[in-house]
Amino acid sequence: MKVLVPVKRVIDYNVKVRVKGDGTGVDLANVKMSMNPFDEIAVEEAIRLKEAGVASEVVVVSIGEKKAVDTLRNALAMGADRGILVTEDQGVEIEPLAVAKILAKVVAEEAPELVILGKQAIDNDMNATGQMLAALLGWGQATFASEVLISEGKAVVTREVDGGLQTISVGLPAIVTTDLRLNEPRYASLPNIMKAKKKPLDEKTAADYGVDTTPRLTVVKTEEPAAREAGIKVGSVDELIAKLKEGGLV
Amino acid sequence: MAVLCLAEVAGGAVALDATAKAVSASAKLGDVTLLVCGAAGDEAAKLAGVSRVLVTEDAAYAHGLAENLAALIVSLAGDYAHITAPATTTGKNVLPRVAALLDVMVLTDVTSVVDADTFQRPIYAGNAIQTVRSKDEKKVITFRTSTFEAAGQTGSAAVEATAGAGDTGLSAFVEDKVAESDRPELTSAKIVVSGGRGVGSEEDFAIIEKLADKLGAAVGASRAAVDSGFAPNDWQVGQTGKVVAPELYIACGISGAIQHLAGMKDSKVIVAINKDEEAPIFQVADFGLVADLFQAVPELTEKL
Ligand SMILES: Cc1cc2nc3c(=O)[nH]c(=O)nc-3n(C[C@H](O)[C@H](O)[C@H](O)COP(=O)(O)OP(=O)(O)OC[C@H]3O[C@@H](n4cnc5c(N)ncnc54)[C@H](O)[C@@H]3O)c2cc1C
Ligand SMILES: Cc1cc2nc3c(=O)[nH]c(=O)nc-3n(C[C@H](O)[C@H](O)[C@H](O)COP(=O)(O)OP(=O)(O)OC[C@H]3O[C@@H](n4cnc5c(N)ncnc54)[C@H](O)[C@@H]3O)c2cc1C
Repeated sequence: MKVLVPVKRVIDYNVKVRVKGDGTGVDLANVKMSMNPFDEIAVEEAIRLKEAGVASEVVVVSIGEKKAVDTLRNALAMGADRGILVTEDQGVEIEPLAVAKILAKVVAEEAPELVILGKQAIDNDMNATGQMLAALLGWGQATFASEVLISEGKAVVTREVDGGLQTISVGLPAIVTTDLRLNEPRYASLPNIMKAKKKPLDEKTAADYGVDTTPRLTVVKTEEPAAREAGIKVGSVDELIAKLKEGGLV
Repeated sequence: MAVLCLAEVAGGAVALDATAKAVSASAKLGDVTLLVCGAAGDEAAKLAGVSRVLVTEDAAYAHGLAENLAALIVSLAGDYAHITAPATTTGKNVLPRVAALLDVMVLTDVTSVVDADTFQRPIYAGNAIQTVRSKDEKKVITFRTSTFEAAGQTGSAAVEATAGAGDTGLSAFVEDKVAESDRPELTSAKIVVSGGRGVGSEEDFAIIEKLADKLGAAVGASRAAVDSGFAPNDWQVGQTGKVVAPELYIACGISGAIQHLAGMKDSKVIVAINKDEEAPIFQVADFGLVADLFQAVPELTEKL
């Protein structure tokens, strides 16, 4: 069974994001970029399936600017077998619908039985790409996974939902999106980072797939959220209770 | 123009709070038709702004499976300019699928309606607010419930049965592990008491729960507390957990990472109890108490 894992290069989760003064977006110049944390979990899950003898090959794909090659190398260093970089050089980033359309073409070429994505990218927090890809392929979807078991042509997946946990079974081929507690991703060791440099990596462009990536959404403006006013420190539990009573809160 | 809004259903009944908030957001866009799948629609028919309720109790929708719900919504979509849902785990699971089937983009976690085509949504864990305009003919939207008032119960819409669109057979329900609790629901509670890594263990989380019970509050947790096994996953507040905006949020032993703040910084009043006076949580707290939570929290519970 081949597993495909789409990985996205995003601003590192430790970076404090700054909105540009002119309201056109977020300042990404000279900030640290990393693999989306949920995608590290997706890569880890795929590698574990390979180590368990369930998966035969792990292919990673990233859509974005040329620098996304670093993200792919990182996934290869973790243990993925092969990478595909799809560049989009219009300068605009691609929306989840277009990303999903490109991924659908990659799926048609690669014929994986399982695609594992992150549940959301921590930059745009859209939480959409996996569900959209499932729709375009006509496949079943198991989102927000905290446990994945593959057997007899099915994936039995436990999902983190508002009320607790839900377990569903999806026939393969299927889409899985990862939640935080699915696994703890490994760090790439130095020898593996060296080896990753020799692993095969294909380069394509969005145009190769004949997908129209014209955005459907226009960003009108990007602003800082309203700041909270600084509060006060109280000296004791009694003072805290007095303040809460004053505000009619307790 | 008309709006088709997917009602939130949990445990075989309409979850009224989340649904009422999505309805009030949807009503800004037009007449609301509420789609209730796998539950009765009578209660929801009273929500102000709802002009019609479509109900199907077909077994295919009993567990909120995305493939079946999306197929049904797409079969009804023709009459509507907007398709909406609360941004619950069900809404987040189903609506992107609906959007792709309709070949339109989805707008998730929308916090404000500017006009019929223009919406605001937070990005980067709430560190920026983006205003986006959609060029799509139909808009598919999930609303962040914590930012909208619940619709009142002053309406009386007609309830009609609708035929299902069948079972796609792509996925099947196995089981639910739902935590039973007498406490208020986290996303709609007036008061939330949350514990973080500083609480130290699952046993000690009881002191957080005692304070919550004294206040009639819901219990929340940081990711670190959930990952460490102190608290169940459905208590997680934050960028990747639940977003809450209660009247009062009490954070105990939580440092205030941006991912946590993303889930609670719209609370009306924030109290932080932390032994480290440099903890970033104090930058957003209205009332900060620098203290050992093992002393302060039981004392607070006792004196309230
Ligand atoms: C008009 C417009 C302007 C924009 N401007 C900016 C901007 O200035 N800065 C900015 O950062 N973003 C911008 N975006 C958003 C950008 O296009 C997003 O990358 C895209 O919308 C994906 O959303 P998401 O990352 O939230 O996806 P999600 O649906 O949250 O991602 C879920 C998962 O899908 C997979 N995935 C998603 N994208 C990719 C990818 N490219 N390659 C491989 N796998 C992927 C990953 O597995 C990921 O975990 C803009 C979008 C629009 C429409
Ligand atoms: C992709 C991603 C998504 C994430 N999503 C979320 C999310 O949704 N929600 C979330 O919460 N986090 C999330 N995180 C994690 C986040 O970055 C932080 O790691 C987490 O919030 C820290 O939890 P904490 O404050 O409980 O722990 P810590 O940061 O370890 O803080 C513990 C605090 O307890 C205090 N303390 C210790 N002992 C005592 C005592 N006896 N009395 C009083 N105070 C004490 C300490 O001073 C400290 O400030 C995410 C991270 C990533 C990478």
